[in-house]
Amino acid sequence: MLEEKLIVAGFGGQGVMLMGQILSYAATHEDRNTVWIPSYGPETRGGTANCQVTISDERINSPVVSEPDSLVVMNHPSLAKFENKLKSGGSLFINSSLVEQDGIRDDVDLYPVDANKIALDIGNLKVANMVMLGAYIAVTDLFDKEAIFKVFDELFTGRKEALVALNRKALEAGMDAVSA
Amino acid sequence: MSKVLMKGNEAMALAAIKGGADAFFGYPITPQNELPEYLSHHMPANDRVFVQAESEVAAINMVYGAGGAGARVLTSSSSPGIALKQEGISYLAGSEIPCVIINVMRGGPGLGGIQPSQSDYNQITRGGGNGDYKVLSFAPENLQEAVDLIKESFPLADHYRNPVMVAVDGLLGQMMEPITLEETEKTQAAGKKEWAADGGYGERGYRNRIASLYLDPYKLEEHNLKLKGKYDEMREKEQRYEMIETEDADIVFVAYGTMARVARNAVQMLREEGVKVGMIRPISLFPFPKKAFEALPERTHSLITLEMSLGQMHQDVQIINNGRYKLDFFGRTGGVVPEPEEIVEHVRAALKEDA
Repeated sequence: MLEEKLIVAGFGGQGVMLMGQILSYAATHEDRNTVWIPSYGPETRGGTANCQVTISDERINSPVVSEPDSLVVMNHPSLAKFENKLKSGGSLFINSSLVEQDGIRDDVDLYPVDANKIALDIGNLKVANMVMLGAYIAVTDLFDKEAIFKVFDELFTGRKEALVALNRKALEAGMDAVSA
Repeated sequence: MSKVLMKGNEAMALAAIKGGADAFFGYPITPQNELPEYLSHHMPANDRVFVQAESEVAAINMVYGAGGAGARVLTSSSSPGIALKQEGISYLAGSEIPCVIINVMRGGPGLGGIQPSQSDYNQITRGGGNGDYKVLSFAPENLQEAVDLIKESFPLADHYRNPVMVAVDGLLGQMMEPITLEETEKTQAAGKKEWAADGGYGERGYRNRIASLYLDPYKLEEHNLKLKGKYDEMREKEQRYEMIETEDADIVFVAYGTMARVARNAVQMLREEGVKVGMIRPISLFPFPKKAFEALPERTHSLITLEMSLGQMHQDVQIINNGRYKLDFFGRTGGVVPEPEEIVEHVRAALKEDA
């Protein structure tokens, strides 16, 4: 039985909500149960933002993720806020471009990804979130890249269609970053 | 039909369109804003009416007018906004105008906060407006149940000629979950409303008149007794609930909405420790599902009400209890959603005290 609980955190504008949503869309396509919940409130660009995602083959009861299996942090304040929630032996993905690695818990599997730099090399800082998402799916093996590509195709339509190729590239770069 | 992932507020908005809402009148408030936002595009696109009113008071009176003219009408708001609408809801009930109201609850009192809460229970079931009236009200625990209940609410409102409220907490409004929107049998087109103030004489030969004013106390009493007849029919026919692992339960939780989902986990965790716990999950708030309690086994000795408030539904549990069970309560308030462990801890502490 599969059950994955995840928290994605960063600052507003980094696309952390979208990262979680893409996973829930992919889970829905595969007819798995999923719940996505956002932090909501007086949040602004530059403030902290996070979302919680549960994906399960079983019915999902409590929607709140109190002890995630995985934690993705896109900036340093988010590490401070959520590091202690991650379950022992869980997976911690950090955007090492912005998150300091010193003093991180040693009872978790740490995956540093230089996401901002990789995104800039591809040509757009904004896809750092998809770089991290690529690393996440590669390590957890929750979805193959085609499943995520399918979501891109649905989300980025019309004027946004041009973003599909860029996001695909970012996802693949993230997968490569952790498979070396 | 395959499932689609939707945000709660948007799913509920779409359900209202599928349920046949002709018109929406509302005023923005967090955490339900995605609902009117969605309708602002999709109601006009489906040749329906969308109006953002200048206030909640205006919105509910527009509901009164359009509902009185025979349209299927929807409004939505969140706790303090629903408080502002109470006068209009009382008029709607008094004048027997059907409408559907979606309430995405947030913490109170006053402006309170914007995080999820269940502290409108009294406002919903006792009525914040004046007079002897009731609002048929449902509290789903997930988005599928929410969309199904909203679609069903329009024909129910027409049947009873009464407001129907679907109440969720802010978490259900904000979350995304997969849903299906298959056409259910319960979605029925509104028939011709013979009572509606349609602006003409019709085949009746007279104009329909809608009012809640009865200056003759005997006439008003007669009217109120007629309304009571409808509420009694709701008590008979509309009690909705789910019994979860109650067959062998010593302790039974009573919880609805998001709190029921959290409690489901607590039931599992306690059962793994050998504590026989079950749950009654009210789906209708009014009528309160008394029938569920009549179906509990002999061995049940305690009821624990769980709410995201300081104990509002607990009063209804106290009323039906009549001294039979040991009663207990656990709640979080102000917008805090508890973790299952907190409920488990509460039960463990209570058991220790009993031992």
